[in-house]
Amino acid sequence: MTFTLSNFLLFMVNCILTNNFIFSRYLGCCPFLGVSNKVETAAGMGIAVTFVMGLASLFTYVVYHYILLPLGLSYLDTISFILVIASLVQFVEMFMKKSMPALYNALGIYLPLITTNCAVLGVTILNIDNNYNLLWSVLNGVFGALGFLLAIVLMAGVRERLESSNIPETFKGFPISLIIAGLMSVAFLGFAGLGVN
Amino acid sequence: MHEKKHSLRGVFVNGILNENPIFRLVLGVCPTLASTTSATNGLGMGLAATFVLLGSNVVISLLRNIIPDKVRIPAFIVVISTFVTIIQMLIQAFVPALYDALGLFIPLIVVNCIILARAEAFAAKYSVLFSAADGLGMGLGFTGALILIGSIREMIGSGTIFGNALFGASFEPMLLVTMAPGGFIVFGLILGIINTVTERVSKRKGAQAS
Repeated sequence: MTFTLSNFLLFMVNCILTNNFIFSRYLGCCPFLGVSNKVETAAGMGIAVTFVMGLASLFTYVVYHYILLPLGLSYLDTISFILVIASLVQFVEMFMKKSMPALYNALGIYLPLITTNCAVLGVTILNIDNNYNLLWSVLNGVFGALGFLLAIVLMAGVRERLESSNIPETFKGFPISLIIAGLMSVAFLGFAGLGVN
Repeated sequence: MHEKKHSLRGVFVNGILNENPIFRLVLGVCPTLASTTSATNGLGMGLAATFVLLGSNVVISLLRNIIPDKVRIPAFIVVISTFVTIIQMLIQAFVPALYDALGLFIPLIVVNCIILARAEAFAAKYSVLFSAADGLGMGLGFTGALILIGSIREMIGSGTIFGNALFGASFEPMLLVTMAPGGFIVFGLILGIINTVTERVSKRKGAQAS
């Protein structure tokens, strides 16, 4: 895929709306359901994930194409990617603590949780499967994460309102959140006509 | 060690019923939603995860006195992803249709919270035999739940079960249920119904006791 403005815009719409990580690919549902109680924390989580997914796309591209492929070890991709992601999250945490304490405090406990977010490992494997080059890999990571950010912030907005609504006792929590996510996913199906695969 | 309190059978059944990873603990939502488009896919994903759970629980339990506490999470992840790579290659070689259907979600078993949670909460503390029983029980509980959700979605969404047509030719399948939104909605409804049933049952038990 060559880099032109129209390709870029199409790719952006595709990643954020048409193939939204949560609503059409089912990636990153655990934090989506777990950390969507308040809009602020949801936004913080989304920003942290965006940061990590962009960096993870960059680093795993380098690891795969310059270390694993030349050595004929491409079957070790899953195991090396998860280690790259785990150490990356650790590094980002230390770096933020030192140089951006305000942001670090805002994200706090959500940073280490990102390692087990399947959207991060998912996007790095998708990059390899789709044969994206370095630029498109990073863009895929960043835009995919922005789609996640959009989804989790929308969800948090709905759930804040749910607090004061009258839901059957046994449907509180996960069941109603899943049903809401399903309804939002129906709405996102409407974007299907916008994208090209 | 608290092993005297547990029986092997109790540990095994616990994973299937009382602490069913999907319906009771609500862990591993992503693979649950993605692999339940049909009962067969659910079964395949469930068995793959069971294999990984059993393997990682046994190995981590064997190594539990060797792995230093500070680096235990990375060590667990390496063990888990080794088993995931093994099962990924086996599925690719022997069941290519399942490999195509599950695709991305086979390598993603690595970040399935159930597996790391069992390693941390059970295998790192108990002996090999008990950890194997726990892995097997949790895995089968996961598989059973996936087959249940998969069957319901397949029945409504394509009118079949395990690929066999159930209804006559006049049946109009409700496509939405096998698509992305259906997964969320069906799973949410099942969870709600299970909550309602367990609450009724425990209320009745409470009434009988008093």
